[in-house]
Amino acid sequence: MAAESSIRIIEDKCVGCKLCVKACPFGAIAVEDQLAQIDLLKCTLCGACVEACRFDAIDLKKAVETTADLSQYHDVWVFVEQVDGHIESITHELLGEGRKLADQLGMKLCAVLLGSGIGKQSAELIARGADRVYVADRPELAYFQDEPYAAVLTDLVRRHKPAIFLCGATTIGRSLVSRVAVAVRTGLTADCTGLAIDPETRNLLQTRPAFGGNIMATIISPATRPQMATVRHKVMKEAVADPSRTGETVVEAVADALLKSRTRRLNLVAETGNVVKLAEADIIVSGGRGMQKPENFSLLQDLASVIGAAVGASRAAVDANWMPYSHQVGQTGKTVCPKIYFACGISGQIQHLVGMSAADIIVAINKDPDAPIFKVATYGIVGDALKIVPMLTAEFRKMLGK
Amino acid sequence: MHFIVCIKQVPETTDVKINAETNTLMREGVAAIINPFDMYAIEEAIRLKERLGGKVTAVTMGPPQAEAALREAIAMGVDTGVLVSDRAFAGSDTWATSYTLACAIRKLGEFGVVLCGKQASDGDTAQVGPGIATHLDLPQVTYVRKIETIDEHHLVAERLLESGYEVIDIPIPCLLTVVKEINEPRLPSLKGKMAARKAELVKWTANDIGATADKTGLNGSPTKVVRIFTPPPRQGGKRLEGEPDQVVAELVKELKSVVLGTAS
Repeated sequence: MAAESSIRIIEDKCVGCKLCVKACPFGAIAVEDQLAQIDLLKCTLCGACVEACRFDAIDLKKAVETTADLSQYHDVWVFVEQVDGHIESITHELLGEGRKLADQLGMKLCAVLLGSGIGKQSAELIARGADRVYVADRPELAYFQDEPYAAVLTDLVRRHKPAIFLCGATTIGRSLVSRVAVAVRTGLTADCTGLAIDPETRNLLQTRPAFGGNIMATIISPATRPQMATVRHKVMKEAVADPSRTGETVVEAVADALLKSRTRRLNLVAETGNVVKLAEADIIVSGGRGMQKPENFSLLQDLASVIGAAVGASRAAVDANWMPYSHQVGQTGKTVCPKIYFACGISGQIQHLVGMSAADIIVAINKDPDAPIFKVATYGIVGDALKIVPMLTAEFRKMLGK
Repeated sequence: MHFIVCIKQVPETTDVKINAETNTLMREGVAAIINPFDMYAIEEAIRLKERLGGKVTAVTMGPPQAEAALREAIAMGVDTGVLVSDRAFAGSDTWATSYTLACAIRKLGEFGVVLCGKQASDGDTAQVGPGIATHLDLPQVTYVRKIETIDEHHLVAERLLESGYEVIDIPIPCLLTVVKEINEPRLPSLKGKMAARKAELVKWTANDIGATADKTGLNGSPTKVVRIFTPPPRQGGKRLEGEPDQVVAELVKELKSVVLGTAS
């Protein structure tokens, strides 16, 4: 990636209006003596200032990349996340989105399935839209281990040269493809919420939230392949299974050298009880300080089990040890985007909002009419969550005939 | 044992506000802090040193003002701060950042455990930790919620999963990324603050760490930001008012179709 990129202010044209200062998401521009100054240490050459400037006073040169031949890269790949041979719902979402991209590019959609004794899952992946399934079937791949999974994927990518590689932005996905992208020297965009093809360049436009969702950034990997992205749960629509679809299954020979793992799993401890995973949940019932004591979370659990929801918690509730950390929603916990998010006794600090404000519908129940949560709530109820939640549970039970 | 913590200075996001007129992020006067997740990594490194002996080095890549983050880490109990700073690093994506940090770690010589926060609060990628591990050919455990045991050659860590956790044995040297659950970071002591003020920081440029121009900064970054925009602000909806039973009935009516849709 040779030629230098650069940015400069054209002094004759700059009037010191500060429009660029306001537009810069990185705080890299200041105006001194009626002239904009760019702090190159902070600047990422994103071009937001160039768009904002009404005087054409900013000269941005993005390096034209000299690159390897990208035309030999083809097909859209989806990494299949499986646990005990069961394919996770994120994979169906990736197949749904990957199908669209592949059709637009006139390419094949391929699923990459790693595991042990999992070949039979191939049919389901084809039914959900895959034209081809690459299967690496070895006992060493029975469950996710960072090194062998990364090594096998890196090898497959090098040999088959996909143009696009999608993976879920899950614990496994993020740990895995970060290694693959570094190894194959390609771009990886984390936690995408939007994917599209640039009609001119045919590059993958990867849109993701940054700064806790306060801004969105669209990112490309123009000079390297595959264009790798992890995709947030519950944003893309699941591919619907069509058993009449056909496709091919390619069983890959896996070299023993790729299967070495320096780490060893000693034990797997599953969370007990009937837990709906937060990241996968269509509905989340969350509680905060307003739930007053840990026992009251059973009220949320009741509602959750009636409507098939997961239970979440604010940081305040987790810090008070009312709920385990794995249930925390927000900046230092999980980012979720369910169809409905119930915030019960949660005031709605910005750290919490960045974790859940992408929900389709937000229901806020809080005693304080001025709580910030009401500013983002689709439906707000001013009242005591301890009283309202059991009533909701009863009403839903009636409606669902449970 | 030598413990290395990789940290990042980030804007204190609680203060990030959107300018209602221009609808852009207001960064003026936003304080810079250590990435909250890195605080747990710093604390864990110090605890490991207290348990096993040795030293803790904090490394950060950033502009000169990132020095403040290193001094804060020293105030908590870190022994040495290394600032990797160079104009050549501007515009680094996670590939270039993990490469640069890996070069710096390699220059530090022998080490046992590299610790990182699970992700940074501004970029939220969680890619740099595993990236460093790959550049250095280290085994990794990500999302560590507890280190159960550690000796000179091995450690056993618990990795937080979406539902539950797994217990993993990993040889040393290795890289771990940690989650909030692992500990509660200490406040700096008075003695620590004094040490932080006086501490001589190590300052390295691209040349010093042998990082090459084709792999650093904007030119070494495979990803490019082509557009930045603010999402439409979420609109508040309606307040349901009236007697509780009325309000509840109204809400359930409103949500009925969605709840039935997800139940299928």
